[in-house]
Amino acid sequence: MSALIVSDLTVDHGAIRAVDGLSFTVQQGELAAVIGSNGAGKTTLLRALTGLKSTKAGSATWKGNSILGQKPENLVRQGILHVADGKSVIPELTVEENLNLGGIWRRDKKDVALAKSEVIDLFPRLGERLSQSADTLSGGERQMLAIGRALISRPELLLLDEPSLGLAPLVIEQIFHAINSMRQRLGLTVVLVEQNAMSALKIADAGIIINLGKLVAAGKSADLVNDPALRAAYLGY
Amino acid sequence: MLTILNTSLIGITAGSIYSLMALALVLVWRSTRVVNFAQAGQAILSTYIGYEVISRTNNYWLALPVALVAGAVIGALVDALLIRSLTKRSANGPLASIAPIIATLGLLGVIRSVVGMIWGGDLRQYKAPVSNIGFTFGHTTIPFSRYNLLIVITTIVVMIVFTVIFQKTSLGLALRAAAFQPETARLAGVKVDRIRTVGWAFAGATGAVAGVLITPQSGLSPNSLDSLLIYGFVAAVIGGLESLIGAAVGGLVLGVGLAFIREYVNSNLEFPSTFVVLLLVLLIKPGGIIAARRGRSA
Repeated sequence: MSALIVSDLTVDHGAIRAVDGLSFTVQQGELAAVIGSNGAGKTTLLRALTGLKSTKAGSATWKGNSILGQKPENLVRQGILHVADGKSVIPELTVEENLNLGGIWRRDKKDVALAKSEVIDLFPRLGERLSQSADTLSGGERQMLAIGRALISRPELLLLDEPSLGLAPLVIEQIFHAINSMRQRLGLTVVLVEQNAMSALKIADAGIIINLGKLVAAGKSADLVNDPALRAAYLGY
Repeated sequence: MLTILNTSLIGITAGSIYSLMALALVLVWRSTRVVNFAQAGQAILSTYIGYEVISRTNNYWLALPVALVAGAVIGALVDALLIRSLTKRSANGPLASIAPIIATLGLLGVIRSVVGMIWGGDLRQYKAPVSNIGFTFGHTTIPFSRYNLLIVITTIVVMIVFTVIFQKTSLGLALRAAAFQPETARLAGVKVDRIRTVGWAFAGATGAVAGVLITPQSGLSPNSLDSLLIYGFVAAVIGGLESLIGAAVGGLVLGVGLAFIREYVNSNLEFPSTFVVLLLVLLIKPGGIIAARRGRSA
């Protein structure tokens, strides 16, 4: 069953058409990698899906309900969590405060505490640094913290924007491993936006390749990886 | 020696009130990135409401909480009805980006005129609830009364209450997150618009307390809090505009500093000195005495 259905989505970024009539679907419980080079429209796509950017045309539904035009803070309450690229932790707050932020709107404080301990099990390094300022974390730890905060909101759909950005290869491997294990354990649907095609497609069920805001190819990630033309043109390996 | 002590005491009382005004400005600046010049207007309107309570009931202890609540409501309304829609459009060009600040200046004029229409321009007075005559030790009377003590204690209580709210509660965490990174806060589920309005309400309440506290010593007229706005603003800038501690320190530094200038240099220099201090801080340490980064976490 398609849980996330995006059709003919069009988003302008100033005078530029950043997303141009894009359509794709993601099955429930699937990890879909959205692959594209810098400027392909990946970040704009995620920002449009979670209400941070207004759209020109098209539609997007999650489990049958339209999500376009809703505020991000309300989508969070429907289980849709967007982890933005780069600076999505608040450096002025401690690690623990950043985590607590993910549960701030939730009434079930018992489950928030449970979710928090699960996140600390998943990322033990966060547990060792709870009272430190988030400012002191490495890039990889910040990414763990951003994902951990999203998990405390008990997401059903997790939209991750370039979690590998600026990280060393070994750290990328750890982060992707963590993403894969948590989504299998929690049955999450994940949309993983990446420039790093090789690492992303390795853990993804499906791949969606976009270029200049348009869909190039979509399918099972194994099929995409084995298509020599795509490999040469878009996957860079 | 006694003069130094007396001058310090005068400065500490004045500085406490400056701290409150500075805190009100900091609370708005942190939540919305707006310098709220209307703060003086909001505070004067709240103080007149408190004055009405005192004239009817002769009860200062009722007037203070009534003015505080009125200040909070006025602050929330200013944000919800005016500032929110202006800040939403702030990406539409250079004028739009400073429009909220200019709007607060306009609002200050509007509130002042309305207050003048309702209550007239005469200076009004109400009495302090406790003695306003300095404590006496032997044959010496110091310029620090029970009422001054009340002012200082109230300021300390307000600072403690806000510190606890900001550091220990979920509301405080939401307020800080919304101030530091509104977008990240929204993506974590914080209703940033509402949280900002809470910040404006807190600021309005704090300004109202400052107005009610200072009035037995300054009198009340539509513009009797204008100089307090300037002192509070300079105190906030000294403290870096970002932190509660900065506002407290900035207010005290300014209050005590000005008291010494009045006593030892020339009383005519008090007001100009305020601006010299403002310029010096901006030139030498534009981030304020309390460095913004450290201050922000508090």
